[in-house]
Amino acid sequence: MARGGWFSRPSRSDGSHMNMPEGLWTKCPGCSEITFARDLERNLNVCPKCGYHHRLSLSARLALTVDEGSFEEIDSGVASQDPLSFPDYSTKLKRDMAKTSMNDGVTTGRATIEGLPLILGVADFGFMGGSMGSVAGEKVVRAMETGVKENKPVVLFTASGGARMQEGLFSLMQMAKTSAGASKLDRAGVPYVVVLTHPTTAGVYASYASLGDIILAEPGATVGFAGLRVGNQNMGVKLPDDFQTSEFQFRCGMVDLVVARKEMRATLARLLAFFGEGTVDAQ
Amino acid sequence: MLSNPLDFEKPIAELDDLIGELKKVGSDPAERQEAVANGIDIEAEIGRFEAKRELMARKIYSSLTPWNEVQMARHVDRPYTLDYIGMIFEDFLELHGDRNGADDPAIVGGVAKLGSQQVVVMGHQKGRDLKARQLRNFGSARPAGFRKALRLMKMAEKFHRPIVVFVDTPAAEANLLAEEDGISMSIAICLREMVTLTVPIIVAVIGEGGSGGALGIAVGDRVIMLEHSVYSVIPPEGCAAILWNDRSRAADAAGALKLTSKHALEFGLVDEVLEEPLGGAHRDPVEMANRLKSAICGALGKLVSVDGETLTQGRYDRFRNMGQWIELESTPQPAHSSLPAELARESGEGKG
Repeated sequence: MARGGWFSRPSRSDGSHMNMPEGLWTKCPGCSEITFARDLERNLNVCPKCGYHHRLSLSARLALTVDEGSFEEIDSGVASQDPLSFPDYSTKLKRDMAKTSMNDGVTTGRATIEGLPLILGVADFGFMGGSMGSVAGEKVVRAMETGVKENKPVVLFTASGGARMQEGLFSLMQMAKTSAGASKLDRAGVPYVVVLTHPTTAGVYASYASLGDIILAEPGATVGFAGLRVGNQNMGVKLPDDFQTSEFQFRCGMVDLVVARKEMRATLARLLAFFGEGTVDAQ
Repeated sequence: MLSNPLDFEKPIAELDDLIGELKKVGSDPAERQEAVANGIDIEAEIGRFEAKRELMARKIYSSLTPWNEVQMARHVDRPYTLDYIGMIFEDFLELHGDRNGADDPAIVGGVAKLGSQQVVVMGHQKGRDLKARQLRNFGSARPAGFRKALRLMKMAEKFHRPIVVFVDTPAAEANLLAEEDGISMSIAICLREMVTLTVPIIVAVIGEGGSGGALGIAVGDRVIMLEHSVYSVIPPEGCAAILWNDRSRAADAAGALKLTSKHALEFGLVDEVLEEPLGGAHRDPVEMANRLKSAICGALGKLVSVDGETLTQGRYDRFRNMGQWIELESTPQPAHSSLPAELARESGEGKG
């Protein structure tokens, strides 16, 4: 992996843009290939040379995943507070709200894939590292509860550095909260699919992101419990090259399938067809 | 007198040394005679210094910083899970194994009697000396630990026995082996399953409540914290490293994280804070165990008669409602549009 760590921003931080016209070309963090931005976009933001999956904007993710025009957002008004008066937190919130035009990193709503209805959640790593504070926890649980109420499968695309430390213990409790939501899905017999995207780590991976009936992952995504900086805890044990990636988790039995972006919609459609509509009523 | 004094306890330790010296003088006939000849009333002096010590100790322990609380929670003499089990319960029989290939000594558990009540009790276990610390992995549980905990909880449910959990861990294990064995998944499954258990769950945070590794066995109906325990989303050292790229600023991070028992109670995220003996649980473990025992018994008394359905619904609601957010006017546009500036400004400060 050429990436520096989970929080690195491959498309911006390597300085390779410096001598290039803004946004016209993108250097791949996977193989250093320089691609015309429009070609990259056409290829679903996957490097044509090495298959590196660049991060997707929400609109690009929706365009690739659900039926055109089917997405109807819910709970968009849920927004963060600063319960700890944590240093710089309100400033960072305002900055990222302005940057992303979102109230927080997780967007949820109703949609269809191949005409089959689902409740969809998509996390955006660009909003404070996709970290899970009270808002992310609340929106994930509401999505699950909506899934139960409307008897629709819940599909969550995850991307998160973990619990949001700026909300302290409130954030930690979101792990229990979202996992409680998953227990509700179990009880109601409502299908739950997780799609792990780059990166999904720590508090999110150790809660609702690990609880899907089916767990898919995008190729090459960082997926793991604690940051690579704890590598020294391994006391001389050599870490495998793919440590804490989708492929590593797949090998360890934690992931059902590593699914390339161009196959994602079809794979989800296949799963939705398996679950069927009105699963609970049909019993 | 103070064993292993922390930096802020040094003034007390110095007074203790002084009092000790005086007592030695008082018990040695020759030295005593010399002191009396010099007009010194040794008993009065001892009394004076003891009063001073008492005052000083009260002052120091009532104005601990969040970082001091972290130090107290990590104190090497602090009673651990097995210490409390020994002092609070009878007929403890430790049970082992995750039924999946391993037994993790960082989480202990078994059956025990609390008064006349049969219970299942478990908790993170730290070690006191080097060898024990290694055996217990510093209280950092591996996937097998969480699987063992869950297995014991399911057994408690099967036999309608309440569950008592002691929390004391810096964090869950994060090495290669833990990752390969599914540390995230094992914690997540514990979190999900604990919500659904139809028996009462009492949790006591006795030392370090270290992030997911702590919460993984702490989804309880009643959550108690000892006064000088801490509960945090991230270790203060890790927080300082991320925020300021400087692990040595852990004390600042501890302050920012508001990880003390007082804050957790204020936030409504735990139910009760138990006052510790002056200087901490480790200065009078028996007294602490007595207080903890009556708190656990009190909580159990209220919960044992509650039916399973009510318990699980209550537990779901409890954790489901944790968090602080506000609800702005929903923006009805498809996908996303920019928030009006005044709404965006409000969201950091409003009330919900």
